[in-house]
Amino acid sequence: MLTMIAEHFNYGVVIILMMTGLYVVFASDNMVKKLVGLSVFQTSVFLLYITMGKVRGGVPPIIEPTGDGGHEPVASAGHGEAAISHASEQASHGAEHAAQAGDHAVQAAEILYSNPLPHVLILTAIVVGVATLAVGLALVVRVREVYGTIEEAEIDAINYAFDLEGYNPEGEIR
Amino acid sequence: MLSAILSPEWIVREAPVALIVLPLMMAVITAILPRERLAWLVVMGTTIACSVLSFIVLREVLANGVVDYALGGWEPPLGIALHVDGLNAPILFLISVIGALCTLYAMRSVTAEVEPKKRPPFYAAFLVSFAGLLGMVITGDAFNVFVFLEVSSISTYVLVAMGSSRDRRALNSAYNYLILGSIGATFFVIGLGFLFMETGTLNMIDIAATLKAAGGGSRVVQVAFAFIVVGLGLKLAMFPLHLWLPGAYAYSPSYVTAFLAATATKAALYLLLRFVFTIFDPSADFIISSLTWLLAVLGVVGMFAASLQAIFQNDARRLLAFSSVAQIGYMLLGIGMGTALGLTAGYTHLLGHAMTKGALFLCLGAVWYRYGITRVSELNGLMKTMPLTATAMIIAGLSLIGVPGTIGFISKWALLTAAADNGWWWAVGAIVATSILALIYIGRMLEAILLQEPPKIDGETVARNEAPLTMLIPMWTLALACIYFGINSAWPIELAGRAAAVLGGGL
Repeated sequence: MLTMIAEHFNYGVVIILMMTGLYVVFASDNMVKKLVGLSVFQTSVFLLYITMGKVRGGVPPIIEPTGDGGHEPVASAGHGEAAISHASEQASHGAEHAAQAGDHAVQAAEILYSNPLPHVLILTAIVVGVATLAVGLALVVRVREVYGTIEEAEIDAINYAFDLEGYNPEGEIR
Repeated sequence: MLSAILSPEWIVREAPVALIVLPLMMAVITAILPRERLAWLVVMGTTIACSVLSFIVLREVLANGVVDYALGGWEPPLGIALHVDGLNAPILFLISVIGALCTLYAMRSVTAEVEPKKRPPFYAAFLVSFAGLLGMVITGDAFNVFVFLEVSSISTYVLVAMGSSRDRRALNSAYNYLILGSIGATFFVIGLGFLFMETGTLNMIDIAATLKAAGGGSRVVQVAFAFIVVGLGLKLAMFPLHLWLPGAYAYSPSYVTAFLAATATKAALYLLLRFVFTIFDPSADFIISSLTWLLAVLGVVGMFAASLQAIFQNDARRLLAFSSVAQIGYMLLGIGMGTALGLTAGYTHLLGHAMTKGALFLCLGAVWYRYGITRVSELNGLMKTMPLTATAMIIAGLSLIGVPGTIGFISKWALLTAAADNGWWWAVGAIVATSILALIYIGRMLEAILLQEPPKIDGETVARNEAPLTMLIPMWTLALACIYFGINSAWPIELAGRAAAVLGGGL
């Protein structure tokens, strides 16, 4: 049981964040706090996606350059962290390039990669979340200007009072 | 003759992608245009071009069955694919034609409802929303659906909020819509995550194939299904998740209300159909039981609850908004049956209701434009003060009730037949009973329009003041479509039949 919880620790974090966010959205009366809750809720989903794409022991998914190693150090230098360990490994093997070429192909097939796709997807979702938050905050600013409050209960009361007073054909109340 | 004009091969080939790219690019241009009239012209041109393009796509689909487009030449499942078949081609056509009609209407209505300096960005936001709706319907990639869903939703929040110069409650409604819409979209994306965990792909056809090969998949798939249905349920205003809808419809500018009422919930409903029937395996137990006990039951409860609420509304636009929730209940009932007949009926109702509700909201917008009124009690004597608008409103109202000779009757009759065929006599009773409720709330409007005398101001009867031509054309086009398809129903039934065939002919 404990090991199961430990192994699924990341999902636990996601669930706790998700529920916290949703609870804040539902329970809070303040419009800004609601948006904060919404952001926490959305962030939990980002974590869900990120944790989904991570493979234990996996490296960033950058394909190792294979083939003859003459220009190898230059080529791998441009390939980021994952390649570095291999580049140094190659350098240590120095003169044995020709013999190593075949080995590299095998090695490349055996390397464990993380799945990059969910990470890329979540970049899009982060942008969406930022846009939603921006529009939401802009709306709250306008609400504050018009109603003079950002507490939903007070706004509902104002609207309700307006409904009771009846419709005023002149006053497109501002 | 038509084919000679419309058939240069490259147009046919690129039409699907142009449907997304054209409005998105034009939105950028519209946003920086200095003059409102110019912005309107660009939007008008874009929506008309999209109508033509979607007609070309529809014609291709009717001829060949399926149109596929691999974006950037990357073949699916690696690349993002656009996939049009009998299920989404009619909805594409519907969205773009309604968009064009509403834009024609907007020329006058926006001048009364939106502040001058905000008009070009307002039109730009409309185009973004339009592009988002087309995108989420046309795409064949599940994550792409989420992106376009949010593109259209975020711009819709802005559009709704623009009603604030007319009624400040628009701001409050837009905020509620934003909160609930974002929760819905997030639920949807959680569901997609689980689906991706199970299948490792995002292409719709590929997901379906992988799930089939895995024999329906594990419990992860059921979790994904639950999240996706709840997420889409929020977006399409399924009964207990509809709380954002009345406010958003009642206080946004009439241009936006008519467009949203006719298209936004319909696009989300299409997604529900697409996911439930073609991506998941509809013969799985958990799907059959949730169709029957979730969609159909909530549909029927929604039909009653929302119709009853509609009866007690004072504001005509809120009345129609609650009626929309009830009509979505009919569509969900048809989908919930899961049979070919039920799906055909639900789909026909979707098409018919888009025309009907679009026409009604356009009429109410015109009444507000001329007299500044929205209350049911203030519609008194409209037949004498705005005869053409009132007539269009009556036709659409009758179609909403389901009077023979209108599209509303065709779809309700199809629903009744499907329910009877399925042995669901309680559903038959529910449809008849809620049609009577519809008769009551539409009857309240009709009574005021037809039987009451126009109000008097300072002892003078209010003068006749008909809506301008650019407003009459869209509303009458939709009202006449209600009658035309009500008498000559072959076309909508044929389209709905093809859609049901794509869905595997039901269970």
